Order: sequence, then C-alpha cells, then structure tokens
Amino acid sequence: MIRRRKTTPRLMSRPDTGNPSRAVFTRRALVVLGAQMAALGALGHRLYGLQVVEGDHYARLAENNRVNRRLIAPPRGRVVDRFGIALASNKVNWRALLLPEETNDIAGTLDRFSTLVPIEARDRTRIEREMRHKRRFIPIMLRDFLSWDDMARIELNAPSLPGVLIDVGTTRNYPFGPLLAHVVGYVAPPSEKDVTGDATMALPGMRIGRAGIEQTQDGRLRGQVGAVEIEVNAVGRVMAELSRDEGRAGDEIALTIDSGLQQAVLGRIADQSASAVVMDCRNGEVLAMVSNPSFDPSLFDSGVSQAQWVDWTNNERTPLINKAVAGVYPPGSTFKPAVAMAAMQAGTLSPTDRIFCPGYLDVGGTRFHCWSRYGHGSLTLKDALKFSCDVFFYEVARRTGMEAIAAASHAFGLGTHLDIEVPHTRAGLIPTPAWQRGRGQHWNGGDTIVSGIGQGAVQVTPLQLATYVSRIATGRAVQPHLIRSTGGKLVEGTDPAHWPGLDMPDAFLTHLRTGMFAVVNEEHGSAPMARLGIPGVQMAGKTGSAQVRRVSRALRESGHFDSSALPWEYRPHALFICFAPYDAPRYAAAVVVEHGNAGAAVAAPLARDIMTDTLTRDPANRKEPPGQVVAEVD
Amino acid sequence: MNFQKRLLRAEPNFRLLAKLWQVNWLYVLLICVLAGVGYGALYSAAGGSAHPFAGPQTIRFAFGLVMMLCVALTSPAVLVRLAWPLYGLSILLLVAVLRMGHVGKGAERWLIVGGMQIQPSELAKIALVLVLAAWFHRVSYRRMANPLYLLPPALMVLLPVGLVLKEPNLGTAVIIGTVGATMFFGAGMRLWQIVLLVVPVPFLVRIAYSHLHDYQKARITTFLHPEGDPLGAGYNIIQSKIALGSGGMWGQGYLHGTQGQLNFLPEKQTDFIFTMIAEEWGYVGGIAVIGLLMTMVLGGMLIAMRSRNQFGRLLGLGIATNFFLYCAVNLSMVMGTIPVGGVPLPLISYGGSAMLTVMFGFGLLLSAWVHRNSRFGEAVTDEA
Repeated sequence: MIRRRKTTPRLMSRPDTGNPSRAVFTRRALVVLGAQMAALGALGHRLYGLQVVEGDHYARLAENNRVNRRLIAPPRGRVVDRFGIALASNKVNWRALLLPEETNDIAGTLDRFSTLVPIEARDRTRIEREMRHKRRFIPIMLRDFLSWDDMARIELNAPSLPGVLIDVGTTRNYPFGPLLAHVVGYVAPPSEKDVTGDATMALPGMRIGRAGIEQTQDGRLRGQVGAVEIEVNAVGRVMAELSRDEGRAGDEIALTIDSGLQQAVLGRIADQSASAVVMDCRNGEVLAMVSNPSFDPSLFDSGVSQAQWVDWTNNERTPLINKAVAGVYPPGSTFKPAVAMAAMQAGTLSPTDRIFCPGYLDVGGTRFHCWSRYGHGSLTLKDALKFSCDVFFYEVARRTGMEAIAAASHAFGLGTHLDIEVPHTRAGLIPTPAWQRGRGQHWNGGDTIVSGIGQGAVQVTPLQLATYVSRIATGRAVQPHLIRSTGGKLVEGTDPAHWPGLDMPDAFLTHLRTGMFAVVNEEHGSAPMARLGIPGVQMAGKTGSAQVRRVSRALRESGHFDSSALPWEYRPHALFICFAPYDAPRYAAAVVVEHGNAGAAVAAPLARDIMTDTLTRDPANRKEPPGQVVAEVD
Repeated sequence: MNFQKRLLRAEPNFRLLAKLWQVNWLYVLLICVLAGVGYGALYSAAGGSAHPFAGPQTIRFAFGLVMMLCVALTSPAVLVRLAWPLYGLSILLLVAVLRMGHVGKGAERWLIVGGMQIQPSELAKIALVLVLAAWFHRVSYRRMANPLYLLPPALMVLLPVGLVLKEPNLGTAVIIGTVGATMFFGAGMRLWQIVLLVVPVPFLVRIAYSHLHDYQKARITTFLHPEGDPLGAGYNIIQSKIALGSGGMWGQGYLHGTQGQLNFLPEKQTDFIFTMIAEEWGYVGGIAVIGLLMTMVLGGMLIAMRSRNQFGRLLGLGIATNFFLYCAVNLSMVMGTIPVGGVPLPLISYGGSAMLTVMFGFGLLLSAWVHRNSRFGEAVTDEA
C-alpha cells in the first residue's frame, strides 16, 4: 500500500527517499493503526459477549423492563338466604392509599395527611408495620370509608401529599348484622402469616373469611384473582395491554337459611342466652340457626378494638361462640328416646313391657331419684316418655348397657361430628366404659344409670338435637346442612331421597314418635304448653331440664328445692326438641336455653312459637326462591 | 509575498476540476454510507419518523458534505495559514464558554450563536490537529530530538485540555489530550522522551482524580458497580446492556426494538444510538457498524501514510485518531466498559456541532489525500 506511485510525476518536486520523517511516521502510524484496530476489534468481541453469550440473561431483564403485571382483585361472592336475600354483600368503599415508592418523606406525608383526615394511633402503628413488611410498590391502606368531605380535602391538598392516592374498593357488608353473624361469619384482613409469599394476599382490601360460611367457603367466595400484563415505557405509562385475565368473581352461595324465620326466632328468644335450630327434617336443610347473644360481624373488617375484644371474651354468655354447633349441654330428658331406641334394638325393652316407678331406684347401694318424689307407678314406654319418668329409664339403661346406648345415639347423630359448613363444631360426648377407661377411671354402674336420663358426662349440641329429632321423625339419616346452592347450582341433598334410611325398624321409631306426641298433646303430658294453636296440626316433642350441679339428697327431700332461686350459672339448662306436623313430619327444631331452669316451662313454649312461625311461613306456600336453578341434581 | 504566486509554486498544476477528480471518492462513499446508517437509526429513534431527528440531521449532513469538499480542495498552504487563527478562535470560544456558556447535564457546555448551539471543545479538537500538523511540518526529524521544539506544541495541547477540563468535560479533555499525544508520537518524538513523559502519569492521574467533581467520581464508581444503584447513575449503563442483550444475534427487527421504542434507553438519539441499532439489528448489525467504523479509521490512516508531506501525514493521523477515539469512547460507553461521558458516535448520533466538526475533519483528511504529493514548505534541514 505504501508503494510509490509514479503516475503523477509532475506533482513531485523532489524525490523523498530517505526522508526520516516519513519512514518514522509510517512505522509509528502502523503501530497506532494496529492499536486502533485491536481496540475496535475488542469492542466487537465485547458486543458478541453482551448480545449473544449473555443475550438470554439480558433479554429476560428486558422482558421485566417492559412488562408490568397487575393483579385484579375479583369481587367476593355474595352469601344469600334461600330466597335470595343478601346476607353478605359488597359495598363501595372509598379509601386513601399510600404508595411508599412515590414519596421520599413518608413520615412527613403521613403527618400532613393526618391533619386533613385523622389517623388513629392504632392505624398508624399498622401502617408503619405494613411499610416494613411490604414491598415499596405495593400500596398501603391509610384510611377507608372516606366521606366526600374527606376526599375533597385530600384531593385539594394532593400536591403536598406525594404518594397518596384515592382508590375505590369494596368492603363486606352484612345487612343483618348480628342476626346471622355466627352462620355467615365475617371477613378480616389477612394476618401477617397469611401474607407471606402470595402476592394476592398483599392486595389492598384483600379479605379472608375468618368464621362461619365466610371461612369454610372462602375459596369459592374469593374466586380467581385476575391479572393484566401491560407494556409500560420507562416512565411507567401504559403503552399496550399484552394480555388480560379477568379472573373469576367469587361464587354466590345460597344458604338454606330463611332470614325471615331467623329473625322471628331471634325475636322470640329475645335476651335469653339460648340457641335454637330449625331444620327441614326431610332433607336436613337448616332453616334457622340462632345463637344468642351475638356480635356485629362488620367490626372485624377494620380490626376489633382491644376493649371490644375483652368485652366479648369476658362475657359469660359467650357472644362469639356459635352455641348451636359449639355449645355442649347435657341433653337431660331429651336423651330418653335414644335410650329407648337402644333398648328396643338390644331387645331389653319391648313397647308393652311395664316398669314400676316407686319414685326411686336403688342400684349397688345408691338411691337414684325420679323427678317425681311420689313415683309414677307402673309404666309402658309411651307413658314413660309422656311423663318423662326417670326411674323407667334408669332401669332401661341398666338393662341395656352404655355401649348399646352410645351406638343408638351415634346413629341419631348425638355425640358425633356433624358435617356442617360452619367451622369449630364440637362433637359432644356419649360416655362409654371404654372412654372412661381411656381417662384412667373406672366406669360405675351408676354412671350408666345417670346417663340413661341424659345427665352425667353426656354432652350434645343443639344442632345434634335437631338432627336427632329429624331422624326420629323421618327415619332417614339426614345430615344438617347450610348450603343450598353455590354459583347457582343446587347442592346434593336437597331431595329427601338423597338420604339413606336409618338402620332402625320403623315400628320402633313409631313408638318414639307416639311417646313424643303424648308428651305434648295428651292429658298430663309433660309439655302441654307446647301444643300448637293451629287447627289440625300437631307437634310431637320432648322436654329436658339438664342439671349443671348435683342436687343433694337432703335438699331434694326437704321439699323446698326451687332451682329458680339459684344463681343464674347454677340453674339447669332448659331444652326442648320437637317436630311437626306429627302425621307428616316436615320441620324439626331444638331449643336450648342456657340456665333456663325448666324445659317444660321455658323451652317448650319457645319451641311452640318457633314451630308455629315455621309452619305459617312454610316455603312450600311461597313462590320458588328467585335466582335458583330448578334443574334436578341427580 | 504574493500569496497566489507562492501557492502556484507549491502546486504547479493548480486546477480545480483536476483536484476534484483527485478526491478520494471511495472514502466519500464510506462517509455517506455511515451517514445513511445514522439516518436510519434516527428515523427509528423518532419511532419511525423523519421528524424530529433524521430530517434536520440530513440537512446538516448535506451542508457538511459541501463544506467537506470545499476543505478537501483547499491546498495545505492555505490550511497552514488558517491553522493559527482557527486555533486562536477556538481558545477564545473555550474561554467564552467558561464565562457565559450553558451547562447541560453537568458535562457539555455550549454557546448559542445566531440560534445555533456551538460546542467550542469540538472545534478545539480540529484546530489543535491543524495547528500541531502545521508546527511539526516545519520541524525536521533531527530537530525533534531537541525538547525545545516540543515545548510550544505541548503548550498548544495543554491549553485547550486545561480549559475543557475546567468546563468540566473529562471525556473530551482526554480525547483532545490523546489526539495531541498521538500526533507527537507520529511526528517523530524520541522514545526516551516518551518514557520520560509516561513515568509520571500515574501520579498525575492520582492528583487529577482528587480534583474531579463528585458527579465524575460517581460515574467512575457506578461504572465499577452499576447494579449498586439501578435507578440512579447506573441506570443508563444497565438499560443499555439490557437493550443490547435483548437484541441478540439477529435483533428485534427495525423499528421494533422494545427497549429503544419504549424509551427505556436514555438519550437513544445521541449517546446511545449504537445501542438502539444493535437492539434492532442484533449482533450482526452491530458488528457491521463496527466494521464500517474500522474501515474508515483504516482508510484515514492509509491516507495519512500515503502523504508525502509531514503536514498531510500528521493531519491524517490526527483526524483519523480523533474519529477513532470518538467511536471507541462511545462504543465502550454504551457497552459499559468505561464511564458514561457524553461522547457522540460520529455521523450517526444526532447533533449539529459534532456533525459539522467531523465533516470539517474529513475535509482536512481528503485535502491531505488530494495534495498527497505536494512538498510545500517542507523543513529543508532533513538532509544533513
């Protein structure tokens, strides 16, 4: 290249051979050129490394760079009663959020915000806690349920509140408040242990079911979280939507509850500490499940104050506990039909057998008293049920043994875990010698005797009692349930034919029903106050007064024993179980009034009024519930 | 002395058309190809539109092309006479910009003259090349051994370097200094002199670093640890690397580079234009551009070596090295190899000052080619 060209000789004034400047220049220029080419070559090599060798790594970063995923919280499914009346719904909630990454001075922003809209000290600590745990681009809720005035104040001062934004969310609304708090339950913000990992839990306004149907059906009600993938540019402006998954709104769940009946039952119970369950005894649908006193479920949405919590937990009437499924009581005399069934099945009692009641029974040196100190004389099963004679059932229990009684009780649903859609149900207990041995104690004959009248260690829940009486009434092993349809689809079990028959002879069940009919409707029956005032419709039932404290013999024999004079917590529980109409059983009910003193005087009239109300608002007389699928489930 | 007469004596067959024929049209074609690449890139940087970058840049290029050809036809004798006034002007402007210039993004400074932004440091580079070539042209190889002959040109280099450092524009100062040093090297500076100069450099760097501005130090720190502050000073480098990586081997397709089109890429029409090209055209496109730049540096150096006068040789060396440094600094910057420093990619990046000075430089280079056989005003003391 450096060869000398002779084509333009005229331009050359002198030959420059031997010019040291040019020779040195050429050498050095080649050195410089070499360095330059090497440098550019090295850059080309570096480019290969960045684009091809590490290309995938940076391409992934590029995808993150431009694709922004945003979650869409699905609306939580409603809970409605059997007629479509909303029991839990969503209402619009204007709230102020803080995006920590958009402000440099979080404390200052919070201070200025609180001069406009007050933030409680409790909220402030929550906000500070969330700020430590959440990522900086996840908004934190400052205040919800903003009024128009609050919003206007915030919007006006927006320039001095960097990072604060107003957002519309939804909040759970319980139109009936305490009425169905135990059944429907409530929602609360996820606790810190829920938040770990799942990004959906960190969405502002995210609520999870904490009790009742809200808890057990949380997955269905919550639905599927949606997501939008959007392409954003460097300053976060949305350029295009790449994909959109709307998610799925939560299913609407229709309960078997009749909110009108529920209201009527609660109204009748008034201020007593009591629970009542009304069931459709043909298919196990729970029409009313009342536990009184109750609480306001909406208080949990924004967090319950310490004072409120202490108030609830210290209350001896346990407002937070659903007594219908978690309250356990000795069944008292309501247990007697189960004992009779066990005896008939075991062959230790025939319906025509007579047992003499002198007012007491001596077993192994211990005297067990009948509630009537004069005795009932010679009795058949029907009479024994009618008068609720204790001695008759002491004797029957002694003959039959506790294992058989427990087996029959379990078949009726007593002392078992019933498969119902609310949490924290209790099984109660039908004690047996095996159970007593398990506790390291000896089973005495006397234990069987007292268990025969539903005292001692026997414990059942009101829901079990309602199931028990339903099974007696229909002879079917119906399971109580609270859900009628989910997402518009009827659940299985709405048809009586879905339920298998009990493994008990119908004749035996008839004897029980006849006895229970006599209790209410015959002369000298133990619960005349339970007679219905509806012409042509009769109710069958059984009373129970369950002692919570042993009554001493001296006191009993003094003749001046009056349990109503005892302090409230020592008075016997008042129970009543019933079904109606007697000739074509449709409804079953169980009422337990805590420390109500006497089943016949307190629980029976209560049950009568409840049953009257139930019969008069018979859903069969009403138009088909709206919004329900008529298609048969089979 | 009669200027015309002297000119004719230096160049016996002075004819404009003949000289135009002598212009290295192959090199002009290379320049046009590179400018074409620049047009395409700026068209994409505007999201597929000639407005606002590609159109104005083309007008500047056309203007620059005419200016380049005019300079190419200007004889070295005239250029030598122009060297000192131009150098003086550039120093004056550098002083002026320090006094009343506009500061943009902490680095570049410019003056506004008649509605046009002028960056005096750009002019200073060309003026320095010219004045150094003119100086060394008159110094024979033998005299180069005498340090006294090196002192004035050293001052000529240090004056603009010092002024630019004071702006403060570290990147340009380093480029000016390196161009000057390369010309000293090409002019025949003795090796012992070089050694004597290089030894104290580390100490000088030490002292210089302590005088750096905080933002300059920050650039060096973030260059060393770019992930340390992804949304701050390291953002540009990381985003540039991401864009390059997402280009891959074959690229995302013209006008479809996601990072560039979505503005994740900072200053994509100026400093980071190469990143955008490499994102859209992939490694294949990137290496093609680098190949084109290499060819242009190679051509410039060959033109320099081909010249029979020291002025032409040093002019070619200075211009080619200046062009090379622009390219190398810009490419290293976008690939995260050296700290970011506001150096555009010549002929491709959007910007008037850089375009015009680069074209003026190519004009000088082509003039060296056209007048490669001229032996005007040579130092006559070579033979001794």
